[in-house]
Amino acid sequence: MDLQIALLLGQDGIVNGAIYALLALALVLVFAVTRVIFIPQGEFVAYGALSLASLQAGLLPGTLWLLLVLGLVVTALDAPALMRQGRQGGRRLATLVGWQCAYPLALLGVVAGGTPQSWPLLLQVLLVLAIVVPLGPQIYRTAYQPIAEAPVLILLIVSVAVHLALVGLGLLFFGAEGSRTPAFSEASFEIGDLTVSGQSLWVVGASLFLIVALYVFFEKSLYGKALRATAINRNGARLMGISTTFAGKLSFLLAAAIGVLSGILIAPITTVYYDTGFLIGLKGFVGAIVGGLASYPVAAAGALLVGLLESFSSFWASAFKEVIVFTLIIPVLVWRSLTTHHVEEEE
Amino acid sequence: MSDHELEPILEVKDLCVSYGKVEALHHVSIKVRPGEIVTVIGPNGAGKTTLLSAIMGVLPFSRGEVAYQGEAQVHVDVERMVARGMTLVPEKRELFGEMSVEDNLLLGAFMRRRLGFRDEAETLDKVFGIFPRLKERRGQMAGTLSGGERQMLAVGRALMAQPKILMLDEPSLGLAPLIVREIFRVIGDLRKTGVAILLVEQNARAALQVSDYGYVLETGEVALEGPSDALEDDPKVVEAYLGLGGKKH
Ligand SMILES: Nc1ncnc2c1ncn2[C@@H]1O[C@H](COP(=O)(O)OP(=O)(O)OP(=O)(O)O)[C@@H](O)[C@H]1O
Ligand SMILES: [Mg+2]
Repeated sequence: MDLQIALLLGQDGIVNGAIYALLALALVLVFAVTRVIFIPQGEFVAYGALSLASLQAGLLPGTLWLLLVLGLVVTALDAPALMRQGRQGGRRLATLVGWQCAYPLALLGVVAGGTPQSWPLLLQVLLVLAIVVPLGPQIYRTAYQPIAEAPVLILLIVSVAVHLALVGLGLLFFGAEGSRTPAFSEASFEIGDLTVSGQSLWVVGASLFLIVALYVFFEKSLYGKALRATAINRNGARLMGISTTFAGKLSFLLAAAIGVLSGILIAPITTVYYDTGFLIGLKGFVGAIVGGLASYPVAAAGALLVGLLESFSSFWASAFKEVIVFTLIIPVLVWRSLTTHHVEEEE
Repeated sequence: MSDHELEPILEVKDLCVSYGKVEALHHVSIKVRPGEIVTVIGPNGAGKTTLLSAIMGVLPFSRGEVAYQGEAQVHVDVERMVARGMTLVPEKRELFGEMSVEDNLLLGAFMRRRLGFRDEAETLDKVFGIFPRLKERRGQMAGTLSGGERQMLAVGRALMAQPKILMLDEPSLGLAPLIVREIFRVIGDLRKTGVAILLVEQNARAALQVSDYGYVLETGEVALEGPSDALEDDPKVVEAYLGLGGKKH
């Protein structure tokens, strides 16, 4: 292997690693706040990429129907309690119906009535975010909120179920064929011997931007602090009026947004299929495990390592590249179990 | 002294709470009027913490009701109570250990912020005025504070919510006498701000001195109640909780 190939592989690894890092951060966030291991994270990647491809092909993305159906389910679940609460409940009921029923219908009108395939890319991306991201809190409400106090293992089993359901729906919505979307930028740059594509820069730049934005959110904003507080001390947070439900929905919203953006970023680089998300999410998960599902910077660094390992092993032993990446988890777990004290799971 | 004509801000009626099959509170009824300081004293394991947790909605109760601001409830929701001006300083304090003192305090105002108020900076200054020590240590992680400072932070964080009723579970727990006096001075001063206080204490003498009305809780039942002055002179209270010397001013 000469330097040029190494540089090329390194570039590839960093681009993929940036995406894995984003997903790893989302996984750590969701786990810290809700104790849910968010396996469906990958489905948001696929839904984001494929919804964008659908829009660009002039089709109605199936995710829009899911948004509407889940909206009706959430309304049915939450409305009875609010109707018993009098005047204040009435206002909250209006908000509920507005977001869960009127909002999906309005989006449906925009997509079916307008011609989003001819919109500029930025608007299309915003539309995809508007459609897919609210699925995050909806899924939290329907699948996790009723069992928010359950042990981690039960939450994990539910995650597997949600993942399988979403992959099945993905096949139904988008079919078995993969899609690729046009690049954000056709530019490419020569740096010495190395050619860097504009899309790679987009991925790395957007990932860095999102990581910084998340950092600022957690350090500076009250809602970010509220999420951290919930992760540190759930009982204390409840006494401040930060409800477990509020924190859960907010963390799922952020995780969904990160997943969808990741999908949109990689869609021009690789062909995304309805089940591609799982493997991508899993690599983010390996990164998150390196950080012990607790440390954001270590998780991000671990994910970057996963990306590099993957691209170099695809050169040396391409048949084994997934094996090599996932085997990384074993030394990491051994090392962690030797260096950290075992903490009993709180009830 | 408080005005006993006022409608109670908090009225607990006939409350029963069980842990599994064991009933820890049996038909407990108490009242707190606006601006009043009410204390609940009693031995270890009497059910004082259980009572505060049930009022706050942290713990479900099997019988009875909690009426807050005239609205009777048989199921209490913590977040809703916080939104309506009730704040609990729990026995375990439940601070956010890996966050700074200042962030802990700001989170105390979380619900007010959600309700649309934007006055946390002023409230923070007031709390720093009450506990100058917290101001000195605003950047320090809450987990590294001393016992007394943690207590101050817990009370300060509760005050950030600008509560209408503040429930304190043993604010003097494990503190040196000087700091105990400091904490009770703060409780006495809070009276002037008009907040109602429900105070649970082991330190019966100090609690009865600062309060208007008192309840003695024993094995999950109200054994005795009355104006604090009267309780301080009650032979049973003197013998069990105040020891020799009785009332002191
Ligand atoms: N989670 C629990 N499960 C079972 N029993 C409990 C639980 N919490 C408290 N109890 C029991 O309920 C009774 C009342 O406890 P509580 O903590 O309310 O007492 P307390 O008056 O606050 O005591 P202290 O002054 O020691 O704080 C005790 O007998 C205690 O052992
Ligand atoms: Mg107690």
